[in-house]
Amino acid sequence: MRYLPHTDEEIKEMLEVVGRKSLDELFCSVPDDCRYEGDIPLPLPLNEWALKEHMSELADSMTVTPKFKILIGAGSNHHHIPATIGALISRSEFLTAYTPYQPEVAQGTLQGIFEYQTYTARLLGMDVANASIYDGASALAEALLMGLRIGRKKKTVAISTAIHPHYREVVKTYLEPTEYTLLELPFGEDGRTDLSGLKEIKGLAAVALQSPNFFGVIEDLETASSAIHDAGALAISCFTEPLAFGLLKNPGSCGIDICCGEGQSFGMTRSFGGPGLGMFGCKEKYTRNMPGRLVGETTDIDGKRGFVLTLATREQHIRREKATSNICSNQGICTLIATMYMSSLGGSGIRELAQLNYNKTEYFKSELIKKGADILFDSPTFNEFVVDFKHDFLPAYERLQEKGIIAGLDLGRFYPSFAGKYLFCATETAAKEDIDAVVKEVL
Amino acid sequence: MTKIKTPGISGLILDEPLLWEKGKKGRRGMSIPVNDVPEAVLEETLQGQGPDFPDLSEVDVVRHYTRLSQWNFGVDTGMYPLGSCTMKYNPKINETMAATPEITSAHPMLDDEYSQGTLKIMYDLQHYLAAITGLPGVSLQPAAGAHGELTGMLIFAAYHKSHGSKRTKILIPDTAHGTNPASAALCGYKPVPVKSDSNGILNIQTVAELMDEECAGIMITNPNTLGLFETNIRKIADIVHSKGGLVYGDGANMNAVMGIIDAEKCGVDVMHLNLHKTFSTPHGGGGPGAGPVCVTEELTKFLPTPLAVKDGSSYRLKYDYPDSIGRVHGFHGNFGVLVRAYSYILSMGADNLKKVSQLAVLSAAYIKEQLKGTLPLAFNRPCMHECVFSDKLLHDDGVSTLDLAKRLIDNGYHPPTIYFPLVVPGAIMIEPTETECKEDIDQFIGVIKKIVQEAKENPELLHQAPTIAKVRRLDETKAARNPCLRG
Repeated sequence: MRYLPHTDEEIKEMLEVVGRKSLDELFCSVPDDCRYEGDIPLPLPLNEWALKEHMSELADSMTVTPKFKILIGAGSNHHHIPATIGALISRSEFLTAYTPYQPEVAQGTLQGIFEYQTYTARLLGMDVANASIYDGASALAEALLMGLRIGRKKKTVAISTAIHPHYREVVKTYLEPTEYTLLELPFGEDGRTDLSGLKEIKGLAAVALQSPNFFGVIEDLETASSAIHDAGALAISCFTEPLAFGLLKNPGSCGIDICCGEGQSFGMTRSFGGPGLGMFGCKEKYTRNMPGRLVGETTDIDGKRGFVLTLATREQHIRREKATSNICSNQGICTLIATMYMSSLGGSGIRELAQLNYNKTEYFKSELIKKGADILFDSPTFNEFVVDFKHDFLPAYERLQEKGIIAGLDLGRFYPSFAGKYLFCATETAAKEDIDAVVKEVL
Repeated sequence: MTKIKTPGISGLILDEPLLWEKGKKGRRGMSIPVNDVPEAVLEETLQGQGPDFPDLSEVDVVRHYTRLSQWNFGVDTGMYPLGSCTMKYNPKINETMAATPEITSAHPMLDDEYSQGTLKIMYDLQHYLAAITGLPGVSLQPAAGAHGELTGMLIFAAYHKSHGSKRTKILIPDTAHGTNPASAALCGYKPVPVKSDSNGILNIQTVAELMDEECAGIMITNPNTLGLFETNIRKIADIVHSKGGLVYGDGANMNAVMGIIDAEKCGVDVMHLNLHKTFSTPHGGGGPGAGPVCVTEELTKFLPTPLAVKDGSSYRLKYDYPDSIGRVHGFHGNFGVLVRAYSYILSMGADNLKKVSQLAVLSAAYIKEQLKGTLPLAFNRPCMHECVFSDKLLHDDGVSTLDLAKRLIDNGYHPPTIYFPLVVPGAIMIEPTETECKEDIDQFIGVIKKIVQEAKENPELLHQAPTIAKVRRLDETKAARNPCLRG
């Protein structure tokens, strides 16, 4: 096997040094009643060429872009990814390094994360951002737990039902064995979260919204955060499409206390939903309550600038069970990808790209309306929107599928009352003719 | 002193500013498609200024990250004997497989019929991991080891709830990973520390005294963080089970025991695997990893949903598990990482995986044997995939474990794990893995011996180290006291 360099002769020499007669004898401390019986039932090994062939057979059974145009986002977005990213992240000095516990030989990773924290904080309008969390959904769960830590005696959190349904499921999973109460807030006919009932909730630690929300609707975060603050709670916002902040007011300037979400849009492939990137930031006064790693700037003994992991006293290897979270990794290489992407766009590029995405969906919406379809919510949207075709869309959906277009996501799975209503997504990757092709099929 | 040749020599390193210290307004590092639809205007009250990012050209970005990468040390650079982290070689073909265009562009929310290839990978990988551990139920969702631990603890809580009880404590040995107590605390369990005995392993009597019906169970890392096999695990599991508790096996050290132990026979009920350790996926400077969870038949119904199942010749996602703890990830876990582990298992097969464990243990035992006269062993017992030394002798020379670690950098090695596990003073924890060849291991042993001699003859060399890395020792106190977390 090409990854195992030991020759038979070397194995013999090494066994002699350790005083064992065979490789099996190395495991003399393993009792008989714990031992694996027989061989592991696995397929016979494939060499490199056979493995490639196997994977190409699997690939053929997939319905994917670019063969198919998939006009679905729902938390996993299709954007163009520049060739530079693939080339740069395959640099194995980044890829094959561990967590930067030895900063002198990990300055590349550390400066890269410091830059990621900076870009994330600037993008979201937050004072600080951490080195990332697993994904958007776990980031939201961690944000709510953080809100509960800050709220101390307050034991209730509320989340909008217009948050991605999977994210809400993850939050529910995280909070299930705890003493905390999780409430869900309805959304109104405009597709925005209805916060009118907040004041009646006792012991409310935090309220979370998503903007743009699962329906693509841009929440009025300024009004929302003051309503949440009036109810004595922390305002949390999450997102699945960070590109929106190239165009929208950032959550920080709207008064949001903790902002988190999925960063996959920034240069990561969809890859069946992962790995993505849980982006996470907050106001400065809450820094020490924040979960996850942080990189900070310092100097070496010669006074030269350098970077280290810092504020580890929040973390589990020092605080054990009192840590702010059990998380002890970050999405490492994905933070570099996101920063490569954001820095390749630059301030003017991210504005232009966000505006382009906005133009595409607005065009899509207006053409559908011309054909007699309804856009379910009339609030402004970004990249995604819900269509009510007012008749059975399924036959058209199937015709489009035959033409290689996956036209939207039926919301019935997530919101039973919205069965037959479709969530669409159009980014810069959707050409006008793809949009026109869908519109043409809508009778 | 004989001259020891080391890989660490100095070379030209280029400095590079922070991203926002470069650039010029109007540059662009990426193509943006032309606008082929009418310009639309978002209502003013929702519009912001856009983020304050510098404008950079493509060359600016490429050179920036190329230079940064050169300040890093990775497994591809050299030996990375970081104990408990299994820094083995990360095969290149796995990267190519994960980059298959049909996989990278797979959308996670399409109907099953569109995703047969990715579902087959999930289904097969679930089965391979079940075969390797001996535990039949597998969820691939957890995104990292600690995420797997949390999933395991959620399963503990769901299991006890289904038996009409809510337990409040959990036993955690002093040799456990630092994340164990934090993961358990998230589920409302108060960790009860269990002292390991004078042999560095768990004592049956100690566990019997601590285990009661308030305890949800025990979290055992096996082999433990001293690199020792917990020989009493089966009897400890029986005690825990007899009080209605469950046994969590932290599988972070699975690289030592593939094809050697059967977790179910050890009495383990729930176990996570670190695919970024045992199954060779790259650590990426801190992530992404993957921490699938394997459970007994009885606990399968509590696993996160959905699971991949096979109906006839086609694959689908099954959501219908009413007792499931629910989702722990937005989609299907770090799928790209799963593909790499899948490729690794297919490349290796059963015999090679067992050989991996045998050679990982052989390499560690060899280092232990060769260095036990140079550094004091924490426990002189048969080690598994890693060996742990203490700093007792170094102390006599006025140098610390940290000094030794930093001096290794100047010699071209990534330092071992230091000051962990906490039960060993000034611990030096060495895990060579199976992918380091004998010459490199011998050279490493030679360098450690040289440094220990330097500690006696010229300790300043150690105190001042590293001298030829990108930066010298960094002021961590300053970083924590006046945090500068962004520019």
